Amino acid sequence: MSRIEQVFKDLREAGRKALIPYIMAGDPSLEATKKFVSDLERSGADIIEIGVPFSDPLADGPTIQRASERSLQQGTTLKKVLALVKEIKQYCGIPLVLMTYFNPVFKLGVRRFIKDAVGAGVDGVIIPDLIPEEAAELTGPAGQYGLDTVFLLAPTSTKDRISKVAGVSTGFIYYVSITGITGSRLSMGKAMRDTLNSIKKASEKPVAVGFGISNPQEAARVAGLADGVIIGSAIVKRIAEGRDIKRFVRSIRKAV
Amino acid sequence: MNKKFHKLPDAKGHFGRYGGRFVPETLMPALIELERAYGKYKKDRNFLNELKSLQRDFIGRPTPLYFARNLTEHVGGARIYLKREDLCHTGAHKINNALAQALLARKMGKTRIIAETGAGQHGVATATGAALTGLECEIYMGSEDIRRQALNVFRMRLLGAKVTEVSIGSKTLKDAINEALRDWTTNVRNTHYVMGTVFGPHPYPAMVRDFQSIIGVEARRQILKAEQRLPDCLIACVGGGSNSIGLFYAFLKDDVKMTGVEAGGRGIRTGMHAARFAGGSLGIFQGCKSYLLQDSNGNVLGTHSVSAGLDYASVGPEHCYLRDIEKVRYTYATDREALKAFELLGRTEGIIPALESAHAIAEAVKTASKMSRKSIIIVNLSGRGDKDVQEVAGIKGINL
Ligand SMILES: Cc1ncc(COP(=O)(O)O)c(C=O)c1O
Repeated sequence: MSRIEQVFKDLREAGRKALIPYIMAGDPSLEATKKFVSDLERSGADIIEIGVPFSDPLADGPTIQRASERSLQQGTTLKKVLALVKEIKQYCGIPLVLMTYFNPVFKLGVRRFIKDAVGAGVDGVIIPDLIPEEAAELTGPAGQYGLDTVFLLAPTSTKDRISKVAGVSTGFIYYVSITGITGSRLSMGKAMRDTLNSIKKASEKPVAVGFGISNPQEAARVAGLADGVIIGSAIVKRIAEGRDIKRFVRSIRKAV
Repeated sequence: MNKKFHKLPDAKGHFGRYGGRFVPETLMPALIELERAYGKYKKDRNFLNELKSLQRDFIGRPTPLYFARNLTEHVGGARIYLKREDLCHTGAHKINNALAQALLARKMGKTRIIAETGAGQHGVATATGAALTGLECEIYMGSEDIRRQALNVFRMRLLGAKVTEVSIGSKTLKDAINEALRDWTTNVRNTHYVMGTVFGPHPYPAMVRDFQSIIGVEARRQILKAEQRLPDCLIACVGGGSNSIGLFYAFLKDDVKMTGVEAGGRGIRTGMHAARFAGGSLGIFQGCKSYLLQDSNGNVLGTHSVSAGLDYASVGPEHCYLRDIEKVRYTYATDREALKAFELLGRTEGIIPALESAHAIAEAVKTASKMSRKSIIIVNLSGRGDKDVQEVAGIKGINL
């Protein structure tokens, strides 16, 4: 069982839900990212998602696009993020998941990426522009080395897509709560409940919900339906404004 | 070997190791729906008849294949023919694809179409298709291109389209595509994305190619009629690669040389260019695997070309394949060469070409001068130059 699976299993047994905050590595600096990771861990995060900046983040809304631009201006690269994770892992006890677009991984070399990521202590990877049909090159070796590969589902997903994605995703399944990009407004209707039910029927794997969750009330409602809550833009925005994230994350923790 | 082309792409949209689908999962159902709808309507007699009559009465097809006698004499080599896509309604080949996709969107029950545009030609073509089919239309355009192509921005608005400025990233075509993809991801249920070139996730590269292949089908028939033989060489500019593949496709089984001309900008060594084959490497960008101008960390590099329509960091996946099997040769023309050709064609033939097409003219002049007077070249004159007049005046230091 992977560390991510273990976290979900323990939480499930305790009747709790996972809190998964997202931050962009290198925004505003890699030093700051280290501190944010500690803050998040201490504020009750169960897993942390670390974003790798990319020049063309087409699944992201303006908040994360700008964070990505700022990080690139700082000279952040995938290699530097991997080195950062290695440092963080010396004191951080919870699983870390990288969220990166596919091209930086492809450019580094998929196999080399997996080896370096596992070597650095990365527990899983989420690639928003990689679908299962194109992922064999990643999922094969990732399975051997024990790196979880998290795939995404969306409100538009059909039965076929749900069973395909649920089949290959490891660690957990990432359900994108909105038909849209990161940071859009959440809408939590019947459609979400229905899709989550279909995913649950197709697979036993834990499902975490992300995109558009911005306050404790929404987090609480999502936590009622899923195994985990992912919060990205709302945290990235606070960081951009120089505001404290600890209290915010604690308030979400309480709600989840 | 030749038979193989016509089976490509494979079922997952691969041209050899290129192409495929690299998109957010949210879009997958829409891509599958589009693939199915296209598969159905490309064999649907009503759809094809409607498209055919609009190609004739609305676009003005067939476009002429014009023997450029003066240019030929000026160069003193091969006989140069121009395939006059500049005479298409709206002024470029882009309408061949945009109109067909607008028809398809309506058949699919979509109420809204969106598109990216660089030079503004595809935006104008899509806005035109939307006006004709009664669909709502929104066009994404980088602020740098809005500045360069002010005339086309106003044309789109006159046609009833909403033009949305994209001012993040490099503020050019690639950023407009990101934004259009984000819009599509958000509004996928009622919206069709009219990709303007043979790029992006499957089925776009194949579908756009098919809609543009009428260029070559006509040219082949026309040259056989005019010269009773096939040409020796075809030349076209390559942005995403739609006008070039449109011309080449009908000749792939023939023994005809083909040259694609990318934007050399200020020269490959300056880094300010859009020559993906000369300066790029394999990468994954905006939906497919192809040659890409990128840095060593996999971030996409800024590009430069005097022509907005060629100013793009990647190139259609089928072109990569055609290059690998040595069916098409790819080269580039610099800004300076293109500007020279732009003026040359105006003076010799009375035709002001689009700056994009001027890249092909520049290469044609080079190639023709090395060939015998009996040889035949067809150049795809992909668009007319009205949209570029102001920009060229600016470069020459003339304030209009
Ligand atoms: C007149 C003209 N030619 C060529 C191009 C380049 O596109 P493609 O390579 O898809 O033909 C454009 C793009 O905007 C254009 O407007």
